[in-house]
Amino acid sequence: MSKAAKSRTPANRGLAKAPTGIQGLDEITGGGLPRGRPTLVCGSAGCGKTLLAMEFLVRGATQFDEPGVFMSFEETVAELTENVRSLGFDLDELTEQKKLAMDFVRIERNEIEETGEYDLDGLFVRLNYAIDSIGAKRIVLDTIETLFGGLSNVSILRGELRRLFRWLKDKGVTAVITGESGETGEGMLTRHGMEEYVSDCVIQLDHRVTDQMSTRRLRIVKYRGTTHGTNEYPFLIDEDGISVLPVTSLGLQHESSAERISSGIPRLDSMLGGEGYFRSSTVLVSGTAGSGKTSIAAHFANDACQRGERCLYFAFEESAGQMQRNMRSIGIDLAPWVKQGLLHVHASRASIHGLEMHLATIHKLVRDFQPRVVVIDPIGCLAAVGTRQDASIMLTRLIDFLKMEEITALLTSLTSGDKSLEQTNEDVSSLVDTWLLLRDLELEGERNRVINVLKSRGMAHSNQLREFLLTDHGVELQDVYLGAEGVLTGSARLARESTEKAASLLRHQEIEAKQRERELKREALEARIVVLQKEFEAEEELAKRVIDQEQSREETNKQDRDRMGISRQGDKVLRDVDPTVRSTKTPRSRP
Amino acid sequence: MNNSSKLTEYTAPTETDQETETWALRLYVAGETPRSVAAFANLKKLCEEHLPGRYQIEVIDLMQNPQLAAGDQIVAIPTLVRKLPEPLRRIVGDLSNTERTLVGLQLRPAKSGQ
Repeated sequence: MSKAAKSRTPANRGLAKAPTGIQGLDEITGGGLPRGRPTLVCGSAGCGKTLLAMEFLVRGATQFDEPGVFMSFEETVAELTENVRSLGFDLDELTEQKKLAMDFVRIERNEIEETGEYDLDGLFVRLNYAIDSIGAKRIVLDTIETLFGGLSNVSILRGELRRLFRWLKDKGVTAVITGESGETGEGMLTRHGMEEYVSDCVIQLDHRVTDQMSTRRLRIVKYRGTTHGTNEYPFLIDEDGISVLPVTSLGLQHESSAERISSGIPRLDSMLGGEGYFRSSTVLVSGTAGSGKTSIAAHFANDACQRGERCLYFAFEESAGQMQRNMRSIGIDLAPWVKQGLLHVHASRASIHGLEMHLATIHKLVRDFQPRVVVIDPIGCLAAVGTRQDASIMLTRLIDFLKMEEITALLTSLTSGDKSLEQTNEDVSSLVDTWLLLRDLELEGERNRVINVLKSRGMAHSNQLREFLLTDHGVELQDVYLGAEGVLTGSARLARESTEKAASLLRHQEIEAKQRERELKREALEARIVVLQKEFEAEEELAKRVIDQEQSREETNKQDRDRMGISRQGDKVLRDVDPTVRSTKTPRSRP
Repeated sequence: MNNSSKLTEYTAPTETDQETETWALRLYVAGETPRSVAAFANLKKLCEEHLPGRYQIEVIDLMQNPQLAAGDQIVAIPTLVRKLPEPLRRIVGDLSNTERTLVGLQLRPAKSGQ
């Protein structure tokens, strides 16, 4: 009780709860079953009522220190012990430790004669004795309706059952009462209307077979005084007991990471804003058959393992061995990662379970393996199991779950040829963050793969088509040829590229020739300029020499004339002439 | 199933046993309620009438000995258990219906058969 008091939060102040310890059930019920009150667990034969009740007791005894009493009306103690041993519950040990008390109540109508009035004090005494002997806080009555088969006085039984439940409440034990669903289903959950007595909490289990697929589901029919999930939740019974999928506790509250992780293909990373996918985003790779979806997935898984992150790979089409062999052919060796425990390939046929079971299995494996990266290849197989609506609900739950766990998920999806490519069979396109579309282009007698990023939330992604090549060293992306003839890929692209190359070579050569010619012309021109210049210089020199000669000759004449004048007129002219003679001499020597 | 096969196979010895053997009867009650008192009185009267001198009644009060309830698979109170002669029989109720009690103890068919 003190434990419950401590765990009380303002949100569930009204009602103390006893945690069941069953995976998922406590989440749906907001903490467990109503403490100190009876809970009815009803369902048809074989739906897991006894197991749920037993797990409630065992978990209570082992995890919450609340001893429990199991009062069985159908199976003997030995049978029960044997039945739950496969789930790892050792009832003998618990009994020895006084954490569990078991009592088998056998009622055979043919051994009993009824004469007159009676009550069920015997049962009360036994219950009381069992509870007190170990200080039990929890009790299971499985299935108390058997009393109706053993005793014929219904009015006494009804009165006594009413008294029993009141007594259990007074006793303050948290009780689980199981009840088998009526066959007729006249608005009654159990054959004898046990819900009439147990009004606090009713859980209905269901084991349905649709299209030959069996699915176990759990639903909280009512839970007085508290909010609870109202949907049908799939649940799983395996070697660890029951695990319920608390699917609607998921929502859009997940954290979004700004961290980027590589797709494993460098060229693809550069198409995705240069850095790859966002961490904890959901990537959808859709495409037609054989378009290379698995290869992209394998690249992603391989890269995650190289970073040292755990990767969980669900293969619904190939066995683990086949997948590894095929990926080796494109140069991806996944075997070392499996050996190191970084990669876990879970290969199973989608058709072995119903949808919910797959979801529950994925849920459980993710919880156990704690991967950072999950690949589901392909999701289409799952969709084929259920109806389209079921599948889309399931995938929404799955994607939400993976996001909550901050796992980066890569889903592949097969698009059938006759449908629009930009539509998946599973209607998950709006749920995914990044959508890579692979397709085949058929051109000139061959098919070639192309890839483009249809959408990628929160990043500037490329809008270009890239040709997608599977080589012996992995996936390679090539630019496609874009020209007047449209998009060309494969041989057509190669052919087109080589003609282009030839043409461009030719053009190149022409340009070179022209350039050479121009060069020559320029050289010729320059040579001519040099010649002309030389000629001009020569002429100039000649002209200068002639001028000089003329000048010197004129001077000589003048001197001669002066000398003649001196000789003729004497001193008078000489005085005038002398400075002139000096001045003419000086300038001539200067240049 | 065992009961019926035993009955058919050992009809004669059972009948002779019933005549000679001491009957071991156990009456389970829970506290001294008017119903348990009535049951005991009814049983006593019936035994005196049909099994004079060769019966033994053990009254077990489960309020005092609750651990004994599981052994004889007691659910309803009062319950009369016929330990001997075998097979074990259980009669539930205050034994106010003598006719049914005799059938339950298998005294009636044995008697009428003789």
